Amino acid sequence: MNPVAYTADEMMTVAAARQLRNGAVCFVGIGLPSAACNLARRTHAPGLVLIYESGTVGTRPRLLPLSIGDGELAETATVVIPLPEVFAHYLQRGRVDLGFLGAAQIDRYGNLNTTVIGEYARPKVRLPGSGGAPEIAAHAREVLIIMKQSPRTFVPRLDFLTSAGYLGGRGERGRAGFPGRGPRAVITDFGLLRPHPETEELQLAALYPGVTPAAARAATGWPLAVVEDPELLPPPTASELQVLREMQTATESAHRAIVRIPLPASV
Amino acid sequence: MPLLSLSEAIARHVHDGQSVALEGFTHLIPFAAGHEIIRQQRRGLHLIRMTPDLLHDQMIGAGCAAHLTFSWGGNPGVGSLHRLRDALEKQWPQPLAITERTHAEMAIAYQAGASGLPCGLMRHYAPTDLDRQRAAPAAMLTCPFSGAALRAIPAITPDVTILHAQAVDAEGNVLMRGILGAAREAALAARCLLVTVEAQVPQLDAPMNAVVLPHWMISAVSLAPGGAHPSYAAGCYERDNRFYVAWDEIARDRKHFQQWMREYVFASRDHAELLRRLRVAA
Repeated sequence: MNPVAYTADEMMTVAAARQLRNGAVCFVGIGLPSAACNLARRTHAPGLVLIYESGTVGTRPRLLPLSIGDGELAETATVVIPLPEVFAHYLQRGRVDLGFLGAAQIDRYGNLNTTVIGEYARPKVRLPGSGGAPEIAAHAREVLIIMKQSPRTFVPRLDFLTSAGYLGGRGERGRAGFPGRGPRAVITDFGLLRPHPETEELQLAALYPGVTPAAARAATGWPLAVVEDPELLPPPTASELQVLREMQTATESAHRAIVRIPLPASV
Repeated sequence: MPLLSLSEAIARHVHDGQSVALEGFTHLIPFAAGHEIIRQQRRGLHLIRMTPDLLHDQMIGAGCAAHLTFSWGGNPGVGSLHRLRDALEKQWPQPLAITERTHAEMAIAYQAGASGLPCGLMRHYAPTDLDRQRAAPAAMLTCPFSGAALRAIPAITPDVTILHAQAVDAEGNVLMRGILGAAREAALAARCLLVTVEAQVPQLDAPMNAVVLPHWMISAVSLAPGGAHPSYAAGCYERDNRFYVAWDEIARDRKHFQQWMREYVFASRDHAELLRRLRVAA
């Protein structure tokens, strides 16, 4: 079979989707996590339970939402619950297997910044903030992180610690009593980073076809350790690419739809 | 529960310097009411919202706000709120104080406010930089029964909460359905509750466990068809995702933003006229 051409974004989304186990209860964010979760649900993990923080539980969107609260998510959900229940009854109560996060900055212990670049009181770039991430990072049984790798985003020191990964490593997270185990993997545009079993420092554990450890190291702001024999990840299959592309085509046309609101004659 | 025009409801109930929660989680965002606050040029407001988006970008850029309490400020799926960033990064058009929380904390704070409690509780493990930044640090407690580490979150009790909903009946009871975020809790936490609705109906015919706000806890209801646009009202119209994408360019530049506000919000008498100018009205 001829190899199928694919983009770096597609490889990353497919690699993330493959990390999701059928039947897991997954707390999903918008963007790449949402694309990966819905790809998984339509390929190897049809029983994946998706919860978006807008309160849509068990949702099966036919296309990818632009926002966390698109009508599509509510219409295809098992149940739509108030937001305080999402965080108290589902997340804090321990009913979420997997949280899926992104960030503007990550450090070598998987701690995340989504708050600010520069000083908090005098921001150089003000980012959106916490949202649900700190509690997802704390309570989900495990966390996947998806981020493109560059020295600006994979930094030796965060400007702001919004959400806890392994804190300073070597068991600090466990000693603090967090119920969730922390980041299981970081999916990047080079491959997968996983925590070292003892130091909990992220190390390059798997690579995409055609990517070298040297390139991944050059895109990291700290001296990135590489496991002894990094796994070589297979490229996307034709069927994974087909499902992903169909979903994205449907999404793009839906997001371009023109909205018309009929007004009563009296107003 | 008086049925007032939206301009009258805002004139009567929203005053300079008050704390005002305009809630809605992507869905049912009270754009019509927020625009009326901008038209009436309220100043020094303490705006409260879990997810300030385009409406708050407009209110902040128009100079209505002195303080913002929030947990996530962005254009969902698109990027930054440029007016919010300009206020925080360059103090334009004026400095904006912030009280920043997480979604879970905001939800607990509204629930506490709605329950008449001074604070709500959540589990605590290790401080983040947000915990270290707060002007009034969240208090650490030990559970007297289990010894578990807890954190107290101060209640939010807005002077005014403003919501958008699908329908009001003849008696003034309001039905909301779809994604609600923390709207119900924000409504119950407020001293004064204003609601805009898509339509008035003789009877709500609501399912037994539906979210209905009884008429006697609402200070005023105003008819505002299309009042959530460019957000949406489930069962009435879809989210205008094109507008959310277009806003990124409109808001990026101060002059462009001000021109847009003059041409659309200030030039329109009310929301219906704004929807006609935007060519959204059918």
